[in-house]
Amino acid sequence: MKLQKLTGAWIPVVSIIFGLLAGAIIMLLFGYNPLAGYIALWNGAFETPYFTGETIRLITPYILSGLAVAFAFRTGLLNIGVEGQVLVGWLASVWVGTEFSLPMAIHLPLAVIVAILAGGIWGFIPGYLKAKYQVHEVIITIMMNYIALYSVNAIIRNVLTDRDDRTENVAETASLKVSWLSDLMPNSNVHAGIILALVAALFYWYFIEKTKYGFELKAVGYNPHASQYAGMSVKRNIMLSMAISGGFAGLAGAMEGIGNFGYMTLNNGFTNIGFDGIAIALLGGNTAVGVVLAAGLFGVLKNGALNMPLSAGVPHELVDIITALIIFFVAASYMIILLRHKLIKLYTDFKNKSKKGGANK
Amino acid sequence: MDYVIEMLDIRKEFPGVVANNNINLQVKKGEIHALLGENGAGKSTLMNVLFGIYQPEKGQIRVQGKDVNITSPNIANDLGIGMVHQHFMLVDTFTVTENIVLGSEPKKGLKVNIEDAEKEVKRISDQYGLKVDPKALVRDISVGMQQRVEILKMLYRKADILILDEPTAVLTPQEIDELIQIMKSLVKEGKSIILITHKLNEIMSVADRCTVIRRGEGIETVDVSQSSTSELASMMVGRDVSFKTEKTEATPKEPVLEVNDLVVKDIRNVDMVRGLNLQVRKGEIVGIAGVDGNGQSELIEAITGLRKAESGKILLNNQSIMNLKPREIYNHGLSHIPQDRHKYGLVLDYPVAENMVLQTYYQKPFSSKWSLNFKEIYNHAKRLIQEYDVRTPSESTLARSLSGGNQQKAIIGREVDRSPDLLIAVQPTRGLDVGAIEFIHKKLIEERDKGRAVLLVSFELDEIMNLSDRIAVIYEGEIVADVKPHETNNDELGLLMAGSNKKEGEA
Repeated sequence: MKLQKLTGAWIPVVSIIFGLLAGAIIMLLFGYNPLAGYIALWNGAFETPYFTGETIRLITPYILSGLAVAFAFRTGLLNIGVEGQVLVGWLASVWVGTEFSLPMAIHLPLAVIVAILAGGIWGFIPGYLKAKYQVHEVIITIMMNYIALYSVNAIIRNVLTDRDDRTENVAETASLKVSWLSDLMPNSNVHAGIILALVAALFYWYFIEKTKYGFELKAVGYNPHASQYAGMSVKRNIMLSMAISGGFAGLAGAMEGIGNFGYMTLNNGFTNIGFDGIAIALLGGNTAVGVVLAAGLFGVLKNGALNMPLSAGVPHELVDIITALIIFFVAASYMIILLRHKLIKLYTDFKNKSKKGGANK
Repeated sequence: MDYVIEMLDIRKEFPGVVANNNINLQVKKGEIHALLGENGAGKSTLMNVLFGIYQPEKGQIRVQGKDVNITSPNIANDLGIGMVHQHFMLVDTFTVTENIVLGSEPKKGLKVNIEDAEKEVKRISDQYGLKVDPKALVRDISVGMQQRVEILKMLYRKADILILDEPTAVLTPQEIDELIQIMKSLVKEGKSIILITHKLNEIMSVADRCTVIRRGEGIETVDVSQSSTSELASMMVGRDVSFKTEKTEATPKEPVLEVNDLVVKDIRNVDMVRGLNLQVRKGEIVGIAGVDGNGQSELIEAITGLRKAESGKILLNNQSIMNLKPREIYNHGLSHIPQDRHKYGLVLDYPVAENMVLQTYYQKPFSSKWSLNFKEIYNHAKRLIQEYDVRTPSESTLARSLSGGNQQKAIIGREVDRSPDLLIAVQPTRGLDVGAIEFIHKKLIEERDKGRAVLLVSFELDEIMNLSDRIAVIYEGEIVADVKPHETNNDELGLLMAGSNKKEGEA
């Protein structure tokens, strides 16, 4: 049992090494120095407090969008709508941040809570349609993403501003920027949202693993028939799960709204925070710890990669290929498990044979 | 003597368990060779070794007298070994022929040559009397037919040695008879069959020889004609087994469950239960006998709240429970051992302990206001595992990795332990070995003697006859007869189940 746990932790590490090797080969093939490339990547993520702050800033919404996807997934639902829920949450937090004038102790929590509620409602709608009318959640959530994108733009243009393409800045009383963090990592956009994200991960773990509600949600995800037989309401759980999932996504939106940017602009396209959340959730095995680690990997790679063209001259396109390869290898860790089994088998076969040989003598 | 299959001194270990220890199995050409053992005795492991799914640690396999090394199911197929698994591996939306050729499709240019394949399937079907329609969709044919499609698949691939893994577990009595005929015609044509089972009467009626396995050890290989069911049973279990469940006369008291004029529709909106009346009293076991598909499932689903009833009355302890939610009905004093333990009875990816609180997890002491109390849940599981003899490495083992019999015991422990007023048991011993059956029957009778009402649904007449104090025969959604087991016999029940009413049956 202990051994198994150990090897379990080994696998992602080996996967990352494989991914780095594959990326190195690509860089070599195109005539770049892989060592310089990776040093640039590392430095881009951690070299100065500024870089570290930016990395943390990037990880923050990833943790939350990853948790959002993972949460729905544990109930057997595919929430592709995290993207839209992020946008809605973002808008909601900026709305509260700009339109109200309150003391910080009320203003900031209010902005956060309204963002969670907005995302939650945006997630609840597909949950409701799935539970009541058996419409597949993937289709609705994809469509809800577009509705979110264009409605949010329309609201920014027509409601929050007078045909402007950017909202006012949120009031300082609603901002997640705190001076001690900003002083620690000067000039970076780091904000206190990382603490909220980690608390959210803790909440996720507790809710899923320890509460009776989590017990129900997971049971419905594993086997809806047995859950119904056991007296659980499958429909209620589907709606609840989508709403909570949307709540995580809404909070991810607030990270951008009152944390990173402090305002919202018109969006030409999606932020990709929600879509990356799908990869992060799957990479993290839909567990709280896994999602935090996977979000960390995404954040480090994405932020560090920005430095590769500047410091090592590796072109943008190659950088994208390399980061994708690393993520691919981590996701394909199954392959590595298989390889390990083969190796162990080869070894034991070899040992058995040499034993037999010895006995025959 | 020529053997088509010889497995000598096979040993297969899994971490912590020896699943097979020096087992020998020798199958002659043209015989039906039964492999008998309790659930978890190592039958399936042995067959998976033969079929190339597992590699043995030790031992030798010979096919047609030649030493072979079977490292994958493909090699087994090439050697003429075919296996029909207990759970069918068919694509529902494909036709019979498409399923059969899947993986080795005959090509005509780029197109699959389905016409020729259909002819070939028809020819093989006729040759062995399988009566399979090559053009039917798999989802439209009965379970018995689907099984024949699996057999046909093996024959199409020119298998000479057929392994049938508990083939009768899913069949009705009539289908079992037909299968026995098919097996006999297969061996007549020179095929050899290895029949994995724990049903003794099937072995007696169809097998030539029988190899008994107990707890991973090969016990003996006997000629069936020289043996008897009781001898085989005691070899299998390792002690004497009683077939007739002993029980005292029932002393039924006031009614617990009353069903009046109940009408239930199925998904297709067809009336499956049509004005059904039924009463189960304290201290009696009422057995519902009937051919599958006469409204049993719909009746039970309506009583347990899983399906909406159209009209009529369902009273539990004089209170209406009709169209209440399952949880509310449980709280009125009902327990339900469901027909399909994988689909309804268990969350297979949950530990045994959590499965044992599947209905009660939200109540004290298993749960406080928010969180689960794992200590109580695990203690509760420990107690049930002991009381109900559930063989599992620990309470935290996933339900998925238990054998069928132990999964069932876990469900029965959970349901009986809630000490319900009404216990509904649907096919409670389906697919289990005699040891487990004996145990479960005893538990059901104990419950009756404690003054509980037990409603038993089973497609196995022996079980109905053995256990019931009263037998209600269901036919086309109605109870057509209410008889006492000692006043009737299998033939009469068979006629009643087929729809001839009692008067005609006696005449």
